[in-house]
Amino acid sequence: MLQQLMPAFRIMLVMTVLTGLVYPAAITGICQVLFRDQANGSLVAVNGRSVGSSLIGQNFAKPEYFHPRPSAAGNDGYDGLASQGSNLGPTNQKLIDRVKASVAQFRKDNPDYTGPLPADLVTASGSGLDPHISPDSADAQVARVSKARGIDPAKIRDLVARHTESRQLGFLGEPRVNVLQLNLALDQKP
Amino acid sequence: MTASGVLQIVVYFLILLALTKPVGTFMARLFAGERTFLHPLFRPLERLIYKLSGVREETEQRWTQYAASLLAFSIAGFVFAYLIQRLQGILPLNPQHFGAAGAPPSATPVTPDLAFNTAASFVTNTNWQSYSGESTFSYLVQMAALTVQNFVSAAAGIAVAIALIRGFARQQMTSIGNFWVDITRATLYLLLPLSVVGALFLCSQGVLQNLHANTVVKTVEGALQSIPQGPVASQEAIKMVGTNGGGFFGANSAHPFENPTPLTNFVQMLMIFVIPAGLTYTFGKMVRDTRQGWAIFAACSVMFLAGVFIAYPAEQAGNPILAHHGIRSSPTAGQPGGNMEGKEVRFGIASSALFAVITTDASCGAVNGMHDSYTPLGGLVPLFNIETGEVIFGGTGAGMYGILLYAILAVFIAGLMVGRTPEYIGKKIEQKEVKMAMLALIATAASTLVFSGISSVATFDWDHSKYLNPPPATLKPAPASSVPPTANLNNSGPHGFSEILYAYSSATGNNGSAFGGINTNTPWYNATMGAAMLIGRFLFLLPLLAAAGSLAGKKKVPATSGTFPTHGPLFVCLLVGTVVIVGALTFFPALSLGPIVEHFLMYSGKLFT
Repeated sequence: MLQQLMPAFRIMLVMTVLTGLVYPAAITGICQVLFRDQANGSLVAVNGRSVGSSLIGQNFAKPEYFHPRPSAAGNDGYDGLASQGSNLGPTNQKLIDRVKASVAQFRKDNPDYTGPLPADLVTASGSGLDPHISPDSADAQVARVSKARGIDPAKIRDLVARHTESRQLGFLGEPRVNVLQLNLALDQKP
Repeated sequence: MTASGVLQIVVYFLILLALTKPVGTFMARLFAGERTFLHPLFRPLERLIYKLSGVREETEQRWTQYAASLLAFSIAGFVFAYLIQRLQGILPLNPQHFGAAGAPPSATPVTPDLAFNTAASFVTNTNWQSYSGESTFSYLVQMAALTVQNFVSAAAGIAVAIALIRGFARQQMTSIGNFWVDITRATLYLLLPLSVVGALFLCSQGVLQNLHANTVVKTVEGALQSIPQGPVASQEAIKMVGTNGGGFFGANSAHPFENPTPLTNFVQMLMIFVIPAGLTYTFGKMVRDTRQGWAIFAACSVMFLAGVFIAYPAEQAGNPILAHHGIRSSPTAGQPGGNMEGKEVRFGIASSALFAVITTDASCGAVNGMHDSYTPLGGLVPLFNIETGEVIFGGTGAGMYGILLYAILAVFIAGLMVGRTPEYIGKKIEQKEVKMAMLALIATAASTLVFSGISSVATFDWDHSKYLNPPPATLKPAPASSVPPTANLNNSGPHGFSEILYAYSSATGNNGSAFGGINTNTPWYNATMGAAMLIGRFLFLLPLLAAAGSLAGKKKVPATSGTFPTHGPLFVCLLVGTVVIVGALTFFPALSLGPIVEHFLMYSGKLFT
């Protein structure tokens, strides 16, 4: 056993250099050349100033913007340094109370929408940073956004449709709408 | 269930099936010492590593030396990982100044118990995380401590599997291979190339890869938001290929920077299973009867698909209590429906349920949704998968030696039924092998159940609790009162018990996924879970190496008309039955107190505060 420790420490040192320093450094180098934008966080700039990342959700509360899902990341939600879900189980009173409060808030903000609420709109995501909502969740907010902006709802629906990504390769994942990109597109529309 | 969801599961399985033979053949050649297409590239590097480490490539080891090398290697890994974590404050590549002056106020301090837990966790290929990466560790720790262990702990698992297979393949030999050579080859020719390709693909899809400090942006509505940065893709790739599962970020593969699209999610699921599935073919190839390997593949496939088609409908059915509040739980063309708490919209229900089953069939433990918020049955499947010992394809190497343990038990049970000495792959299975298999099973079951039991009922008085298990800040007990470890739970009732049971199952099974609401970053949990990980790794693996040594020394007995064939459907059924029955007998009482009773309570509308 003792005579094994010497080669053990030596090979661990070699592996640390190879897989802990050379490998990540090489990948960093290659990615910074080939995939510069993705490797640095897929940042989105408006007038030369970064306003967020297209992959990371952010809070929207004003009526003229589409709102994201509830978030358990940090105290106010969408804290980029505190990614997490609520970790509330299905029989937890706190979960049911929180969802009820979200439903009530949504009904208050969107009196024109009377249908059943899509499940994703009132549940917290796993990361707390989910950049997407489902197309139905966007649709449920169209009337409010259109009123707040004074734009024809059909035009907004059209914009939502153009920002809806379908399943990848036709069968992977779910259709989704990127909230930040949709809202930036709204702002650009005169 | 939706058509596209079922299609995704079918396509996943078919691709896995197609990959098994080529990957398995490659590994069989590699560990037999034959030349592969990667030798021109890596052979000089391999020689250099042996030279630098003082390893003699041509010498072979008895099982005792092989085991001693493995232990020494794990000790070295533990020391490296522990020291780098504790010294991160004075080491480079620390743009957030963790562990030094100028650390952000929300940073988690790396205490000795946290460093012990994390080192034990990564050395044993568990990758349980009592911390959240983005607020705890510098880039150097992520790279030189954690990424390294992701490689070498996976390589060690593969080495042990290969050694056990050699035990079946060889006869009348005293040696089972050379540990140093096996881990070097596993790392260089297998894990590293797969990781390089994987990391580049992931980065092209949006996974981070840089060494910058976090970016602070002003959002559209004017708030400040920190966008985390770091060398993520390089760690993400080996995290999946090595079935490690320790995320760069707290949210793991649910985090958009670890797993940005449905396509990366699909590829990550394939990365988890590619080596474990390939090893079933390697096994067949090395024992010169590929039907033996396909029989194991078939048994794993049956259990894998059974798990998927229990968990997926349960998650799609959603939470009946929420359905009473005007929430649509059935899927439509424009939304996934079902239980979306803790899940990402881009993955929806099918990709999340499939991921949860795969990550716990293997000893991976990466998660793309929060298992704690899954429905009781959707959470039961991952929990039960872990408790079988993760043998449904299983971890890299760990799954193979685990399922061979069950194969030994299965032929032993069959032998008892007909009163004949059992044989497997031409080797007589005798007292020594069965004893070693049972030792491994009992040690791991005891670790899960005893630790869960203690944490469920123990209480510490306030003075001890302050040091052993500080309660969350929201709970302010008087100094005279006592505080139980259950104060760290995020849920009460049966779901709270599930959190504890899942934690110790995950630690002992070296999985690393969690019912993440439980706060385990206290000396009590860090120490007991660290111990559970070491028990689950070494008291499982050492008995199997002993069995390998014993098997290698035996003669092959020729098959006769009385030999039980271990490549047909009857053996597949027997093997599946053994895994399920042993798992159920051991854990059913505990499971019925957790997810099973919670399932019935949920449908009767019972809530817990």
